[in-house]
Formats: sequence, C-alpha cells, structure tokens
Amino acid sequence: MTVAVEPARVFGSGIRRREDPRLLTGTARYTDDIVLPGLAHAAILRSPHAHALIMRIDTSRARTAPGVLGVFTAADTDGILTPIPCCWLLPGSKLKTTPYHPLAKDAVQYVGDPVAVVVAESPYQAQDALELIDVEYEPLPAVVDPQKAAQQGAPALHAEAPDNVAFHWTVTGGDVDAAFKCADVIVRERIVQQRLIPNAMETRGAVAQFVPATGELTLWNTTQNPHIVRFVMSLVTGIPEDRLRVIAPEVGGGFGSKIAQIPGDFITVFCSMKLGRPVKWTETRTENYQSTTHGRDHVQEVELAATRDGRVTGLRCTVWAGMGGYLSTAAPGIPTILHGLMLSGPYTIPAVKEDVYGVYTNTTPVEAYRGAGRPEATFMLERMMDRLADEIGLDPVDVRRRNIIPPFQNGHDVITGLKYDSGNYEGALAKVLEHVSYDALRAEQKAARDKGRYIGIGVSLYVEICGLGPSQVAGAVGFQGGLWESAIVRFHPSGKVNVFIGASPHGQGEETTFAQIVADELGVAVTDVKVVHGDTDATPMGWGTYGSRTTAVGGAALAIATRKIKDKAKLLASHLLEAAVEDIDYSSGRFFVRGVPDRHKTIQDIALMANVAWNMPEGMEAGLEATSFYDPPNFTYPFGAHVAVVEVDPETGHVTLKRYVAVDDCGPQINPVIVEGQVHGGVVQGIGQALWEEAVYDDTGQLLTGSLADYAIPRADMLPDIEVLSTVTPSPHHPLGVKGIGEAGTIASTCTVYNAVIDALEPFKVQSVRMPLTPERVWRAIREGAERGAGAPPLDTLGAP
Amino acid sequence: MKLPVTITINGRAYQREIEPRLLLVHFLRDMAGLTGTKIGCDTSQCGACTVLLDGVAMKSCTCLAAQADGASITTIEGLSADGQLAPIQEAFWAKHGLQCGFCTPGMVLATRALLETTPQPTPEQIRHALEGNMCRCTGYQNIVRSVQHAANMMGGRP
Repeated sequence: MTVAVEPARVFGSGIRRREDPRLLTGTARYTDDIVLPGLAHAAILRSPHAHALIMRIDTSRARTAPGVLGVFTAADTDGILTPIPCCWLLPGSKLKTTPYHPLAKDAVQYVGDPVAVVVAESPYQAQDALELIDVEYEPLPAVVDPQKAAQQGAPALHAEAPDNVAFHWTVTGGDVDAAFKCADVIVRERIVQQRLIPNAMETRGAVAQFVPATGELTLWNTTQNPHIVRFVMSLVTGIPEDRLRVIAPEVGGGFGSKIAQIPGDFITVFCSMKLGRPVKWTETRTENYQSTTHGRDHVQEVELAATRDGRVTGLRCTVWAGMGGYLSTAAPGIPTILHGLMLSGPYTIPAVKEDVYGVYTNTTPVEAYRGAGRPEATFMLERMMDRLADEIGLDPVDVRRRNIIPPFQNGHDVITGLKYDSGNYEGALAKVLEHVSYDALRAEQKAARDKGRYIGIGVSLYVEICGLGPSQVAGAVGFQGGLWESAIVRFHPSGKVNVFIGASPHGQGEETTFAQIVADELGVAVTDVKVVHGDTDATPMGWGTYGSRTTAVGGAALAIATRKIKDKAKLLASHLLEAAVEDIDYSSGRFFVRGVPDRHKTIQDIALMANVAWNMPEGMEAGLEATSFYDPPNFTYPFGAHVAVVEVDPETGHVTLKRYVAVDDCGPQINPVIVEGQVHGGVVQGIGQALWEEAVYDDTGQLLTGSLADYAIPRADMLPDIEVLSTVTPSPHHPLGVKGIGEAGTIASTCTVYNAVIDALEPFKVQSVRMPLTPERVWRAIREGAERGAGAPPLDTLGAP
Repeated sequence: MKLPVTITINGRAYQREIEPRLLLVHFLRDMAGLTGTKIGCDTSQCGACTVLLDGVAMKSCTCLAAQADGASITTIEGLSADGQLAPIQEAFWAKHGLQCGFCTPGMVLATRALLETTPQPTPEQIRHALEGNMCRCTGYQNIVRSVQHAANMMGGRP
C-alpha cells in the first residue's frame, strides 16, 4: 500500500529569505553606501536651544572654509521650499497647524531644529565648517511635558496655538457618565507613556541628485514609503512628480521613524538644486536622536467603572499627547484614530469616552513608533484590568474572562464604531495559560513569596487595528492620501516572474513571502520570482510599509493580480489546447483538459506563448502580466494573549525577566519563521519600553539621553528566549485571510511585563511605578510601600538602603 | 598634513595618503570602497562597524586609520570566497538571524571572533559575547540560534 503524500505547499513554509545573501556578504547598498561622481556632503547646524528666537546668523567665515561649496539658511530657501505639510488633518478637532520650515526661520522649537547647512567636498570639511557659523539666539522659556504645556501660563510655541493645543479629539460610545454614576467600583490611574526613540540601526539620510539641465531629481532616501516621499517632496520643492524619482535602497529598519519626511530630506534636495551637484546627508546617531521622529509621549488619566463581580461598565480617560515642536506627517492620527478607537480592546465595554489633547512641546516631533497608538491603548486597558482585579480580589485572568468578546468569524461591532473582522480571544488566552500551566505558576509564585522571593506574573490580551485601511475611511478621518496598495505580476518569456509592488519593505522579508504567494498561486518555483520594490520609477504607486499593512494590503493586491494572470492563462490554454474553457482545469502550475491530464500546458508554456504571441485568441492582448490596486473593505484585527514572569530583587529593585510567552493570531502564516522573527523583535522593543528605554529631557528642553551611551536599548545579554506560539483565525475579507504581524509583539509586551512587575510588588502594595521600571524606581517604590506598612514586609528584611 | 599608510584589507594592501584624524571605518568605506562595514552610532556602542584587526574583533569607529597602519583587517566582504557563503553566513541565513541586515556584518564578524576563542559557546556565552553589538530587529534570539548553528556546522573548529 502506498500513502499519498501531499506536495509540500510553499505558502506556510518557513523557507530561507531571498534577501539574505546580499545582506550577509556586505554587498547590499544602503543610502550612505551610494556614491556618485561629484558627490558633495552636507552637514546641518542644529539649535542648541529648545526654544529661542534667531536674531542673526553669520555664515561668512564658514563660506570661506576649505572645501566648502555653499552655506545656506532659511533666507536662501524662500521661494524655493514651502513649509513641510502635516498630512493627517483630523476633522472636528480644531486642528492648528503651524509653518514647519525645513530650515528654522525666526525661531527654533526644539534642540536639534535645523538652522543652517554646509555643503563641502568631504564630510569632514562640512562638519568643520559648521563650527564657523555664528548664530545669535534669544532664548525663551521652554516646556517639555505635554500635560504642563497645556496648562494656562505655559510658554507658548506658536502664535497659531497660544494654548499649545494642536488639536482636541474625542471619542464616545454609550453613556459613560451614567456608567460611572451607577458603578460599584471605580479604579483610577495616571499613566505616563514615556517618550521613546525608535533607534533603527541605520540612521536617516539622503542622497539627492538634481540635474539643472532637465529639472529632474533622483533621491535615494532611507524611507518606508518612497511614493509618499515623491508626493510630498514634489509639493515642497515644486519639482513635478514625473521628474522626481525616489529610491529607497536597502533600508536598515524603520519602526515608524522612516515614515515622515524630516527637514534633512528637504535640505539635502535643496542643496543639490542650488549647487547642481549630487549631495549626501547622513545623520550621526546623536543627530538622529534630535532630528528623527520620536514615539509615544502620553500622559494618560484613566478611570474604569465596574460591577462588584468584575464586569466593566465604563472606561473614561483624558490623554495629553506630546507632538513635539511641529506636527509631523502623520502625527495627529496616532494618539487618536490608532489609539482612541481601540479603547475597548478585546472586551465588551458598554460605555467609553476619551479626550485627547495633542500638545506642542519644545521637543523633537513625535510620529509613529512600532504599534503607534495601539500599545498606549492596550497598556491603559490591560493596566486597568489588573487594577480592577486587585480591587475586587479576583484573579486577573478571571476579570478578563468576564469581559472578553466571545469568538466571532465574520464581524463584531465595537462601541467606538469599528467592526473587528474576526477573533477568538478566549482561544489565545486559553492557549497561553495552558502553555505556562497558569495555576501551577501561581502556586510557585506563592511558594516563592513565602521564602522572600518576589515573582510576578503578567497576563495581557490585545487586539490591534492594522492593514490600514479602506481609503474611504482614511479620507473620512482626515488622512491626506489613500491607503490602498498595488502589485504588478509580469511573466517573462522564459517563465520567470517579476513582481513590482508599491509598498516598501525594509527588513520584514516580503521579497520572500510575496514570492511564496506567487509560487503558491501560480505553481512556479519561489526562486523563479523576483520582487522589486522601493523605486518610484519601477514600481506602481503604493502608500508604504507601516501599520502592519504590507502583507495585509499589498499581499492582497498581489494575490488578486496572480488570479487575474491565472484567468488569462486559462483562456490562452483553452485556445492552445483546442478545448472549451469550461473543460480546462488548473492544478499546480498546469492547465489541462479535464480527464486528460496529458493534454496540458504549463504556466511557463503559456508565458512563452503569450509573450511571443504567435497564436493568440481573437481579441486577446499579448503578454502575461496583471496589475491590481487593492483597497481593503475593512481593517484587519490581529490579536493575542501574552504572559510574562519576572522576579524582582527587593534589595536592589532589579527586575529579571524570567520567561515571556506570546500567543499571537495573525491569520494564516505565509512563512512561520519570518512571523516568529517579527514577534521576537516586537516583543523585545515593548520590553525595552517597560524596563529600560526613555528619551529624557530636562526642564529646559535639553535631551539628556542624547546618544546610545545614554539611551538604553535592549542588548543580547538582557533578555531570555521568547516562547512564540500562535492560533489561526483567518480574516474573512482578505483574499488570503492574513492580518499582519509587524507590531503585535510591541503592542502586547510593554503592559505584560509592567503588570508582571507590579504583581511581584503586590506585598508592598505598589500600584504604579513610572516607566521605564529602572532598579532605582522599583527600589523606591518598594521602600515607599514598606514605609506605608499595610502588611508589607518590614524594611529591615530588605537590606539597608 | 597627510600621512601615508598601508592597510591590508581582506588580503589586499591599500596604500593611501590620509588625514591623521581619519577613522578606520571611514578608511574602509570611503578610501577602500568597502561599504559592507556599517556605521550605526558615534559613541562606539552599536557594533555595526565591527571588523577583525589582526584577527581580533574591534569597532572600527574607535580606531584611527593611522593606528591601523601595517595591520591586517578582515571585513564582511572578506568572509566569503568565490560566491560561497562562509559557515557563519550560512548559519545566519538558515536560522533567520537577520532582518534589515544593517547590524549583520558587525554581528557576523563578532561571531567569528567568538568562535575563534570559544568554538562551542553556550547561549549565555553568546549573549554575553554579543552584548556590544546591537540589533533592533531580531530581539537577538535568532542570532543566538545562528551562532549555535554555526558552531555546530564548524564542528567545534574555529
């Protein structure tokens, strides 16, 4: 007897990445690796003050320094560059934009605000000449905390927004005031989502080549969205889009920090326009910390109303979201649309209300950072769930189960107006609890406490909104663009395939996963598919790689394009095989006459015949190529449940992360190895926020964490292995059922680790510690708890302070 | 003032006149045209510029090119021969030890130095040895797996 073996399906297989050989051999070319004949080098002079008037700039000494080709200030850009536009104009929020000049005009609004630029023959000469520019400033009082900046009497940044409030946005659902009036229990917390620096390992930079004779610009740019760069660059410089080519070469990570166009990009282009030579600008890391966008920076005041038996009846909060000195490209949408609409998470909450104040502060502009709004929403909710559990004496898992949305396959209406696509939150929760043997873990925790060891367990659920998104919704919420994606699939005569996509992956591996989609749909080898991206002259328009949308939206465009190819190929096969199209079957790259498998044409045969076009059916065009523009009917909503186990040393306040388990559901996985890698990286970034990372400004607006020596990103020896599991709940509206995985880990892990640490500190009655949970902060919280008494272990058992 | 130096990179001697302040990493990238070595910071934290100097892993942003006069440097470009990946590169590929790839050249060379001295490292030894090389994409877990896999492929031989 023989056993039929299913041929291994390439969709779902953890094959090695196609992009890796060039990355592993040093032959990949990132922006700073681009060299052109006659290349000049730009260096930018940045404000040392957080808030000041520019009284005078003297560039005369710099102009005559060795190798200097030009020195420019805002006065030189007049009439050439317009201000940088904000592209997310929230309706109904009294949004107040202000002129955001690439080079500061009359005032500077943050440390790092560009003031002048030097272009020289070498980068060293440009850097030297910066020191010869004299700027006279009149310093003004600065404000860095978003809540303080919104208070009366705070220093005002912009005349357009004298109260520093850039917008006030609200979301409501149900009767939240009634919920609080009738509540058995109300818990409250003030949460600071500290400001973070994204730290893509490649800093930002650009190489601009403007050719005066033709008026054409080629721009190599470290970006997540070259087509948006072309659009915005054209608006600001006046160079028509048809003469403007943007290339995102190899891009060394983004995490949201390469979405916005920052002043340096425009300044580099301007220099090339002025000098008629190619110009390169590459941030130093310190410059990156000042000039590339930051993330988070919320002050949140949250209250949750519930019944005594743990049913949540209302959630009410006010958020002050720091925007920095100017509104960055997509900034207003992040603490609002991507945050406030996700308030109720995976739970049924009958009434919610949130007020969000976007506030100008004398800091680097804030933008998307991995998760972008959703980690901040998940944190609020999951923190309050633990507070409620503590208040009514229930296990945190039981409180969550009392409020969890039951499984659904095809749509669930949410109180904020969204419609989740599919979800099985209980399934993910059950899986993670079973994996960690939750009850046994609680018993171990108790036994350890009896021995004076402080183990903490954190459990969090999350659901996120991604796959952005229907363009109609984008327009309705003020996003100044569409959010569809595109793909072209092109068969060459030899049967090899090029795929051209509008999205722009930069480490996520879509050159591999997209080849897997094509291979699976059309029966070609993965190695016969090359995915082309990141060049606006080569690829169709697309809105970019962020918000876990490349596969969720671009992958759908690709799947549809391959199906168009299949439809055409079938018609051609029917013609060539002289059989009615209804009698043609398809299987694994072959078209054959039903019941006569020997009478067949492979997809490669068809590609050849379509390209030579010797024998086409009447009316059929030559070639085998299809284009698809896919605008999703809804967002996708990945979800999951995570557990963290920590141990806190009460003598030092040091937190050891002992175990981290993630169960994520992103729908069917095209490449589970890549999915796992995304979860690892995402989880670790979220852990970084909980335990180590913070952009610290002093009260005068100086960035104290101004280099990698001061800002603590996770290192290899600070982490345990992450245990990664999954469940699979397909999206009902996506052609492949997939949802997106890029941000999931970060969205869940910050609150999971935080809750675990607070759980470990339960004997000390600690309810909140400001993030990051550094040893000093934890140590102080333990001592304050012990001093309050309340049954905490006496101080003298904890070691001397 | 210009200084004449001769630095051997991946077996080939590069004779150049340099500014005394020129960093070794800039010599590699700008004067020898070997851009595989990356620059990720300005404080010698990130390790993206890690190369081997006379067989020892070092951050090439911490060293003046003048100090490397007469030395022998191995960069990422010198690891594979005839289009064949070296075992460490194969291992990073097999275990998904990279995402955006920017830290990878430094990571691979730091691994090479580790396996020279510790041919069969434990996960803890790997994490400790690579704590000076930052990666923002992988969370390090698959890098640890890659190094273990490389050690196994190399059969404990440096």
